Amino acid sequence: MSDWPSALTALSLAEVRDGLARRDFSARELTENYIAAVEAVRPLNAFITETPEQALAMAKAADERLVRSEGRPLDGIPIAVKDLFCTKGVLTTAGSHILDGFHPPYESTVTEKLWQAGAVMLGKVNLDEFAMGSSSTTSHYGPVENPWRQRSDGRLGDNRPLVPGGSSGGSAAAVAAHAALAAIGTDTGGSIRQPASYCGIVGLKPSYGRCSRWGVVAYASSLDQPGPMTRTVRDAAIMLRAMAGHDSRDSTSAALPVPDYEKALTGDIRGLRIGIPREYRARGMPGEIEALWQRGVEWLRDAGAAPVEISLPHTRYALPAYYIIAPAEASSNLARYDGVRFGLRVEGASLGEMYELTRAAGFGAEVRRRILIGTYVLSAGYYDAYYLKAQRVRALIARDFATAFERVDAILAPTAPSAAFAIGENSDDPVAMYLNDVFTVPASLAGLPAISVPAGLSADGLPLGLQIIGRAFDEEGVLRIAGVLEAAAQFRHLPSFVARRA
Amino acid sequence: MALNRATVAHIATLARIRLPEADLEPLAAELSQILNWVEQLNEVDTNAVTPMASVAASSLPMRDDRVTDGNFRDAILGNAPRTAKGFFAVPKVIE
Repeated sequence: MSDWPSALTALSLAEVRDGLARRDFSARELTENYIAAVEAVRPLNAFITETPEQALAMAKAADERLVRSEGRPLDGIPIAVKDLFCTKGVLTTAGSHILDGFHPPYESTVTEKLWQAGAVMLGKVNLDEFAMGSSSTTSHYGPVENPWRQRSDGRLGDNRPLVPGGSSGGSAAAVAAHAALAAIGTDTGGSIRQPASYCGIVGLKPSYGRCSRWGVVAYASSLDQPGPMTRTVRDAAIMLRAMAGHDSRDSTSAALPVPDYEKALTGDIRGLRIGIPREYRARGMPGEIEALWQRGVEWLRDAGAAPVEISLPHTRYALPAYYIIAPAEASSNLARYDGVRFGLRVEGASLGEMYELTRAAGFGAEVRRRILIGTYVLSAGYYDAYYLKAQRVRALIARDFATAFERVDAILAPTAPSAAFAIGENSDDPVAMYLNDVFTVPASLAGLPAISVPAGLSADGLPLGLQIIGRAFDEEGVLRIAGVLEAAAQFRHLPSFVARRA
Repeated sequence: MALNRATVAHIATLARIRLPEADLEPLAAELSQILNWVEQLNEVDTNAVTPMASVAASSLPMRDDRVTDGNFRDAILGNAPRTAKGFFAVPKVIE
């Protein structure tokens, strides 16, 4: 087996694609390097299931096509799949005990498209249970560790392991640690963007409806959206093109053509108007986040865009509305886990007792909390006061964005209010944990595309992301501006887990 | 809104999750904390606002009612904790 990190694992997806096309190296060679990488990063607990035999078989098929010059867009590209996507015959857990032993008899649309495009599956990556969380610590398979550690003189005063963010924390950690060339995640309230920010990678949440949700284990169906997590903006553009598109099996999937997103990366944002929402200056925002945001404004101004102060007046109500809507939808979606058709069953004397015992044993604390909240806000007598109220506030939040987009082409904001925190921090206070999503939830509620780009390091030496939010289905605009941010930020830092071995 | 133990027990029954007696009190406190926090939504005047269920198109697309899938019985039963004669098997239900 090859060493890790290797010269090959250091390359971006775009570089690898070009190298494979030139036959500088084979898909097999590349995949062997990545299989070694997956083994080397086991201490991070990023993978729940490794699929090396499948990866080698897929690489072999890619090599055969490449030799015949019949290469497909992602031929030979080794990727990690969030363990929320159903993969035919491969254990799919959603990070939950209740899906014990579940081997889906079908493939999700997004993964099917990726395999059709030639991508190679390295394995299924860890996450918060049922994608509910901002830390990737609630998985039945244990917490994921961030490949970054703070500098020894940092805020925590020690070298404690940090969370990778969540819920797509395994995806983010695998990409940041060079154990996957790219990964797919899902974003319901920030679950792609916040871990991307915490791990120093690019994470793109497409518009709601851009990528099919068919075969993705449902959390909150009106918000869930698959998207790519990569090392560069160009890599995100390449991945999105392969993932996106209308799917008759998802009635909310958008019947729109899929553009060649790479072509959007012109670097030219002259004349674009960039909204700077004044309400995102949250109380208690660390000075370094504020300073990074200001630097982002300057970078875009230097590239010829015009920053415009805007107002999104209902911003502060996005989080409480989200924490009614998402648990309500979750309580309904998760009703299917009853011990009858798949996964865990705890026997009981009656059918009712079997349901109750199975669900008690199968769900972790945060999932149980959200099911109970969701059940309560949907129950007779409370439905109007909580659930309909939250949906009305959601309409106002969407309207805020619609009004802003009459004046601006995109919005620049921080991705998260802090850098990665230590594993175990915030775990005894659910509301404190929810506040991590303060800058990501509004765009989720409005269904807008948004990307996080690594833009700098905190004083503790940890990555921080900036977020571009665009008009619905304007992923091209979002990617174009993100490309300019990326070029200006010149983020070249490696996580300590990689750097100390390189 | 502060939830008491009885309300938490009732919600848990609706959600079909068996709760140990010892969890009722701490859960009542946690859920009450979350509900108190979300109640800041009452500050917002939403009288003239229509609830937004989804950002997707409000009418679902129609298609012909044709069979496009099927004959997967054994593949589907393959994940079941218990089966009998080609069916999912559960404890006897007598009403």
